[in-house]
Amino acid sequence: MTRLLLRRVLASLVVLWLASILVFVLSRASGDPRHLFISEYTTKEQWDAWGQKFGLDRPKPVQYAIWLRGVVQLDFGESLRDHVPSIVTVARKIPATLQLALGAFLFAVGVGVPLGVFAAITRGTGWDLVGRTFALIGQAMPGFWLGIMLILTFSVRWELFPAGGRAGLNSMILPSITLGWFAAAALLRLTRSSLLEVLDSEFIKLARAKGVPGWKVVWKHALRNAMIVPITYAGLLLTGLLTGAVVTETVFAWPGIGRLAIQSVFGLDFPVVSAIVLLATAAYLVVNLLVDILYGVLDPRIRHG
Amino acid sequence: MVTVVQPSTGLRVALGIGLRAWRTLRRYPVIPALIVIVLVVCAIFAPWLAQHDPRLGNIFDSDRPPTWQATSPVSGKASKPEYILGTDPLGRDILSRIIWGARYSLAIAGTVLFFGAVGGSLLGMVAGYFRGALDEVIMRTVDLTLGVPFILVALASVVVFGASFELVISLLVAYSWSGYARAVRAETLRIRVTDYVSSARITGASAFRILSRHVLPGIVNTVLVLASLQVGQLILTEAALSFLGVGIPKPSPAWGSMVAEGRDYISTSYWMSLFPGLAIFLVVFAMNFLGDWLRDRFDPRLRQL
Repeated sequence: MTRLLLRRVLASLVVLWLASILVFVLSRASGDPRHLFISEYTTKEQWDAWGQKFGLDRPKPVQYAIWLRGVVQLDFGESLRDHVPSIVTVARKIPATLQLALGAFLFAVGVGVPLGVFAAITRGTGWDLVGRTFALIGQAMPGFWLGIMLILTFSVRWELFPAGGRAGLNSMILPSITLGWFAAAALLRLTRSSLLEVLDSEFIKLARAKGVPGWKVVWKHALRNAMIVPITYAGLLLTGLLTGAVVTETVFAWPGIGRLAIQSVFGLDFPVVSAIVLLATAAYLVVNLLVDILYGVLDPRIRHG
Repeated sequence: MVTVVQPSTGLRVALGIGLRAWRTLRRYPVIPALIVIVLVVCAIFAPWLAQHDPRLGNIFDSDRPPTWQATSPVSGKASKPEYILGTDPLGRDILSRIIWGARYSLAIAGTVLFFGAVGGSLLGMVAGYFRGALDEVIMRTVDLTLGVPFILVALASVVVFGASFELVISLLVAYSWSGYARAVRAETLRIRVTDYVSSARITGASAFRILSRHVLPGIVNTVLVLASLQVGQLILTEAALSFLGVGIPKPSPAWGSMVAEGRDYISTSYWMSLFPGLAIFLVVFAMNFLGDWLRDRFDPRLRQL
C-alpha cells in the first residue's frame, strides 16, 4: 500500500508539472507580458528594466524556470487588475465558491442517494422507471439553461428567490440546484446500480433468510457496501464542480472563483488564470489520492490486495 | 339492475394496440430514435427546411413572440405566422437558427467523436501493448487532460488564438480522447496475455500485425459503446463553450450562444432562450438514452462507467 501510494504521489507531481508547462505556454502564446503594462509614458529604459526584473529578455526555457520557481512558492505574479499577488485575489473568492459547492453537494447527495435507493428497491416497477427517467433528464440538462429557466420560473414569475448575487441563504438556493443537478442525476444512477449489485449478493440473501426486516437489510447491510462507488464519485464531483461553477456563477453573477476565472481570461489577467488552473489541478489530484485511500479504508480487499 | 359493462370490440382492439405500443416503447428506444432522426434530417436539409436566413435578421421583426402568443410584453410587437417560435433581438427566426444549429452541433460532435475515438484508441493500444516509458508518457497525459479544468484551458486558448471551428474541434478532441485511451489500454492489457496473442508472437508476427489483426477486433465493441455514450456529453460541452462565447464563432447559429443571447431578455422574451435550450436538452437526452441502450445490449461489462 505504501509503495503504491508513493507511486501515485509521484505520478500526481508529474501531472502537475505537465500542467504548469501547459499554463506557461498558453500565457506566453499571447505575447510578451510587458505589452499588458505598457502605456504612452513607458520609456525604453522601463521596458528593459521590466525585462530584466522578470527575466523576459532571457530564452523561453529560462523564463519558464524563473516562473516555475515562483509558482512552487505559490507566487504566480501580481494580478493585473487588483495589483495584489494573484494567490490573494483567488483566495478572496474561495469562500463564495466553497459555499456554493457545499450547497450543490448537499442537494446532490440529498436528492441523488435516496432516489437511487428508492429506484433500486422498486426495481422493474413504474417507480424505478420514474427514477431512471429523472436521472436521464438530469444528465441531459445543460447547466446554463437550467439556471436561466430556474430564474425565469422562481425569480421572474413567482419572485421567490433572487435572480443573482450573493446575499444570504435565499440567494444560494437556485445556484446550488443548478450546480448540483448533474451530480444528483449521476449519484442516483450510481447508487441504484451499485445497490442492485449488492442486493444480489450472498450475504444479503443470508440476512434475509435469518429474518432481518427488509428495511434494515437495505439501509444497514446493503447500503453500507453499496456506497463505495458513489463515495468515490462524490469525491471527484467535488472537484468537477469547478467547471460547473464557471457556468453557474456566470448565470447567477455569483462572486466566486468561476466568475473570477472568466473575468481574468477575458481580461488577459494570466497570473490569476494560471493560479486558478494550477490550484484546481492540484485540488483534483489531491482529492483523487484521498479517494483512493478512502477506498482502501472502506474495502479491506483493496487495502490488502 | 346491474349492468355489466362489456368493452366493445373497437375498444378492445384499441386497448390491444395501446398495450402493444407500450411494450414496444419499453423495449426499444422509439422516441429517442425519432428525436435523433429529426435532428439528422434537420442537419442535412437545413437550407431547405429553414424558412429564413439564420445569420441575417430583419430588424423590424425583432422580438416577435411565438405564434401562439399575441404580443411581446416589452415591445408590444404582434406575432407573425412565419416566425413559429418567434425571433431574437436582431430579428432572426429562432426556428431557422435552431434547424441550422443542428447542422453545426452534429458536424462538430461527429468530427470530434471520430478523431477522439480513433486517436484515443490508437494511443491506448500502443500504451497497453508496449508498456514501459511510452505507456507512462501516454497515461500521464491522460491524467493531465482529466485533471486540468477543461473549460478554463479552452477559454484561455480561444482568447489567445481567436475563435475558430478548427480550434473548437481540436479542444474538444483533446478533451475526449483520454476516455478511449484508458478503456482501450485496459482491454489491450487483458488481450496481450491471451494465448492467441502469445501464439501469434511465437510465429513471428510483427507488433503491427498483432495489434491490427488480434487486438483491434477485441476492442472495437468497447470503443463503439464508449463513443455512443459520449455524443451527448460532447454536444453539452460544445453548447457550454458557445454559451460562454468561445465555441462556434458568431454569427453562426449555435444553440449554446442562442441561449446566451436570450439571457438578457429572459424576464420578457422567454422564447429566445427556452427553445434553443430545449433543443440541446432533447438531443442530449435522446443520445444518452440510445447510448445506454446500446451499451446494455452490446457490452454489459461497461455498465459501471
